[in-house]
Amino acid sequence: MAAIDISSVGKIYNGGVRAVSDINLDIKDGEFIVLVGPSGCGKSTLLRMVAGLEAISEGTVKIGDRVVNEVEPADRDIAMVFQNYALYPHMTVRQNLEYGLKNRKTPREEIDARVNEAARMLEITQYLDRKPRALSGGQRQRVAMGRAIVRKPAAFLFDEPLSNLDAKLRVSMRGEIKRLQRRLGTTSIYVTHDQLEAMTLADRLVVLNGGQIEQVGSPLDVYHTPASTFVAGFIGSPAMNLVKAELQGDKLAIGPSLISLNGYAPTSGAVTVGLRAEDLRTTSASDGMPFTVEYVEELGSQRLAHGLVGDQALTIALSGEAEITDRMQLTIDPSKLHFFDAGTGKRLEARALAKAAPTLAEPVA
Amino acid sequence: MYRIRFTDHLILILGALFLCMPVVVAFMTSTHTAADIHSNGLSLAWGDNFIATYEKVLTQKGGFTGDITGARMVMNSLILGIGFAVGKIVLSMLAAYAIVYFRFPMATLSFWVIFTTLLLPLEVRIMPSYQVMSDLGMLNTYSGLIVPLLASATGTFYFRQFFKSVPEELLEAARIDGAGPFKFFIDILVPISRTMIAAIFIIMFVYGWNQYLWPMMMTTDESFFTLMRGIKSILQVWVGSNIPDYNEAFALAILAMLPPVAIVVIFQSWFIKGLTESDK
Repeated sequence: MAAIDISSVGKIYNGGVRAVSDINLDIKDGEFIVLVGPSGCGKSTLLRMVAGLEAISEGTVKIGDRVVNEVEPADRDIAMVFQNYALYPHMTVRQNLEYGLKNRKTPREEIDARVNEAARMLEITQYLDRKPRALSGGQRQRVAMGRAIVRKPAAFLFDEPLSNLDAKLRVSMRGEIKRLQRRLGTTSIYVTHDQLEAMTLADRLVVLNGGQIEQVGSPLDVYHTPASTFVAGFIGSPAMNLVKAELQGDKLAIGPSLISLNGYAPTSGAVTVGLRAEDLRTTSASDGMPFTVEYVEELGSQRLAHGLVGDQALTIALSGEAEITDRMQLTIDPSKLHFFDAGTGKRLEARALAKAAPTLAEPVA
Repeated sequence: MYRIRFTDHLILILGALFLCMPVVVAFMTSTHTAADIHSNGLSLAWGDNFIATYEKVLTQKGGFTGDITGARMVMNSLILGIGFAVGKIVLSMLAAYAIVYFRFPMATLSFWVIFTTLLLPLEVRIMPSYQVMSDLGMLNTYSGLIVPLLASATGTFYFRQFFKSVPEELLEAARIDGAGPFKFFIDILVPISRTMIAAIFIIMFVYGWNQYLWPMMMTTDESFFTLMRGIKSILQVWVGSNIPDYNEAFALAILAMLPPVAIVVIFQSWFIKGLTESDK
């Protein structure tokens, strides 16, 4: 068990391609950190640098009190769970679990005790004498986690461990990972491209884009106050609507419609406005945003209507029973609007919110 | 759905007969006496000379010096075949391991140099090889027979392709589990290459077993004769009497065929897996 301190870490591959730059992250002991971002954002590279599978080009990684830049993966006191499980195919489940301990010359009784305990925890006791190929995907993933658990490492590193499982199994394994991590209290770094997985698992989310941190914060912080249009578009399903708009004094002009802001306007001129699909309401009043429905997605509990306001695409989430007509009037509570700089995409604090909201893009202490 | 018809079976049966008949004829003929074969030609019927022929072939001393038996030749061939196969597998696995898993200057070049030697068959380099062995005083030794042919581009190439198909994560998991280069090779790579090893073993065993030119160059001492040479010399030596000993030549040919067939039959499921499957 240990804190992990990542400071000014960067990765430059041979040939000068920069995959990751200037990452600073303080991970507290026992914290569950999720690195999330689209493919190629450098999240796996960052994880692999912590694991020691990639050389660290810049900066330092500390596990506990020790700088581990030059330490072999085996000696970093970490355990890793891979996307394709990476179980040794010729060994039984028991031998898979034992292998790391044997290499460390752990006494026999200790190995047996730990393997049996991990197997019980993961409910794989009855499979201990099987080969991995005789197991289902979910069981293999449990074995892969077991291999990490028996080591009692300072940190777990997960590299998209659930991506190869079907949707239903993914949900239940997600719960299991979370429960297990709570119970063991081991510092964990988890890489995923699935924002839902990230939201549900994380103590703190790290949203990465283009090798840099876009935002760090608790899942709800990130959801409610995204630091940039990138984060806004990435976190949440359906993704936040981002539309071009113009601030005219205390009024917001989106396409043909004007919304009164009641003093929430952060600036004036062109902005990008973020509207969560579930914050938009239909109204019978005629002064709302005119919305033309193009098609509807039925989710059972929700209906998602996709359409246009002016010439900009917008999605609204309505309750399962809500009636949908071809043309609707929409309204939104001005306090639920997110403003982003039209050029840089960075968040602009609405004046009334500015006092209450915590500083963003900083680790929450 | 395609229904299997009688003609399908017919084609298969004809094919099987076509391949098997010569062997059956050779075996059946070998059970007759030489005089019988000489007067009646090849035979498909069982003769009554089976035990006598094979006993004579296996135990009677022959050759110019008269101290080489069939059994001895079978043993020599086995030593050559197994020595070849095992040595080639060990060498080519180690070479492929170095090429695939270690970064060193000119690794790719080394591989291509090895690969290019595929273009140079034994016959091309047989004189220099002979010269080297002769200078080292290794003529008429088993190691002289085996060692010069051990480096195998084919084997190295097969193992390289196989190692490249092993998922990278397996190596990474092993590194995190504290396995060094040697442990990874022995504990992980060798066991998962089992089927590949079996396939290469068969190919290389048969290759070694069938060597004719090299043993003929390397050995003048008849106690090192292999079966392939023996078949020839039996005819040469015993032809001098009034009737050539066809039955013994056939018997020896059958004996020469048995070990490779046995090995293929024993290893065939692994063999096919090794060449086709990629279950890792």
